[in-house]
Amino acid sequence: MYPFTYHRPGSLADAVKLAGSDEAKIMAGGMTLLPTMKQRLAAPSDIVDLNGLDLAGIKVEGGKVTIGAMTRHADVAGNADLHKAIPALAELAGMIGDPMVRHRGTIGGSVSNNDPAADYPSACLALGATIVTSKREMAAEDFFTGLFETALEPGEIVTKFVFPVPEKANYQKFRNPASRYAIVGVFVAKFAAGVRVAVTGAGSSGVFRQFDFEEALSKIFSTQAIEGIKQSADGLNSDIHADAAYRAHLIGVMARRAVEAAR
Amino acid sequence: MASVTLTVNGKTITRDIDPRTLLVEFLREHMRLTGTHVGCDTTQCGCCTVHVDGKALKSCTLLAVAVDGSTIMTIEGLAKGEDLHPMQAAFREYHGLQCGFCTPGMIMSAVDMVRRKGTDLDDKTIREELEGNICRCTGYHNIVKAIHYGAEAMGKAGTAAE
Ligand SMILES: Cc1cc2nc3c(=O)[nH]c(=O)nc-3n(C[C@H](O)[C@H](O)[C@H](O)COP(=O)(O)OP(=O)(O)OC[C@H]3O[C@@H](n4cnc5c(N)ncnc54)[C@H](O)[C@@H]3O)c2cc1C
Ligand code: FES
Ligand code: FES
Repeated sequence: MYPFTYHRPGSLADAVKLAGSDEAKIMAGGMTLLPTMKQRLAAPSDIVDLNGLDLAGIKVEGGKVTIGAMTRHADVAGNADLHKAIPALAELAGMIGDPMVRHRGTIGGSVSNNDPAADYPSACLALGATIVTSKREMAAEDFFTGLFETALEPGEIVTKFVFPVPEKANYQKFRNPASRYAIVGVFVAKFAAGVRVAVTGAGSSGVFRQFDFEEALSKIFSTQAIEGIKQSADGLNSDIHADAAYRAHLIGVMARRAVEAAR
Repeated sequence: MASVTLTVNGKTITRDIDPRTLLVEFLREHMRLTGTHVGCDTTQCGCCTVHVDGKALKSCTLLAVAVDGSTIMTIEGLAKGEDLHPMQAAFREYHGLQCGFCTPGMIMSAVDMVRRKGTDLDDKTIREELEGNICRCTGYHNIVKAIHYGAEAMGKAGTAAE
């Protein structure tokens, strides 16, 4: 690790000010940031630790779930109100990494990082989450802009997520057996206004919506409705774990499993 | 430099450290508590698992400054004098180790598992919960067995709530 100055601001305004400087980096759980710093892939001059801020918590109210950016994966996975409102989201959090990573990693860190194999981005996109930052609100569609890329500006801090409660939803993850990240993960959410399907792990520019599945499922919410729809392998990742054609196949399989399991 | 105060296994100490100091370095190099191991240094193997304010964390991926003020429990803090903690005793009894390198992390994870999942643990739960701990010797069979009986013994000894 290269040297840095450590800050633990006590207010969001101070955090924004500190994070706005050129080479500063925000730290939430550090589960992604610290390993990259140890490998010297990141060399921030300043670390702005968000653990001194009051940004954690889960509230279910009026058809919406609000989750603070600093809420740990374990707390999302174990929240009883969330299990009633959006069980798929709580279950997704319980599938991330391992117990120690879930004790420390946060939803804000995961979404801000936008790893193409991360789980939460699919939930944000499929549920149509609103992402609230220190300066604005954004729809998930506008937030994820590419591989590890988001619309966040320097010094902008994600403070919370607002998820509309669907009629039913489910997340299915096909894990890489070694890293346990998603080779393909599909989040299906059924709302009165229609169905939304988001795919993670597969796209070479990160999480994306599967519009053909959405259209078919919005008419008839059944596995048969999407059985005949072919997912193209264009724009999907190929690596030693799975090639694009296999990932395309898995998207169909995971989507059908999610429809089947949705509640 | 940054000043850090931690309570480790019941002892409170304050040190001036480089902010880069990882919790595991603080424990091993500043406190000479070398029971906590570094197997991978990439957040994968779980050999460095300790309890921070009662929860299992990987101390190789945690800045000591970031947990300033916390209470830490390491493998050295489990036994009561000469008496092994029931989970340690179960690892010995059921041969839950070979070289022993992963064992401190396995035991700290196992005790955390009991805190979250109770003292009646089936093999499936134990295996799922060991996701973050890697052993390159045993093939896990006896680790799973040791945790099963260690959890049961913790229930009987009334140490589960500690
Ligand atoms: C062994 C292991 C297994 C894992 N498995 C999975 C898995 O299966 N699925 C999965 O999805 N993830 C997995 N992860 C990643 C894990 O979920 C991380 O917790 C997450 O990616 C980052 O969250 P963090 O809170 O640790 O963020 P940090 O590492 O602290 O930060 C990550 C990035 O986001 C920025 N950032 C953090 N918070 C904010 C904020 N509030 N506003 C703006 N920017 C912010 C930081 O500057 C940094 O660039 C795994 C990690 C490990 C170590
Ligand atoms: S040394 Fe910390 S997880 Fe391997
Ligand atoms: S006993 Fe050798 S690594 Fe587990």
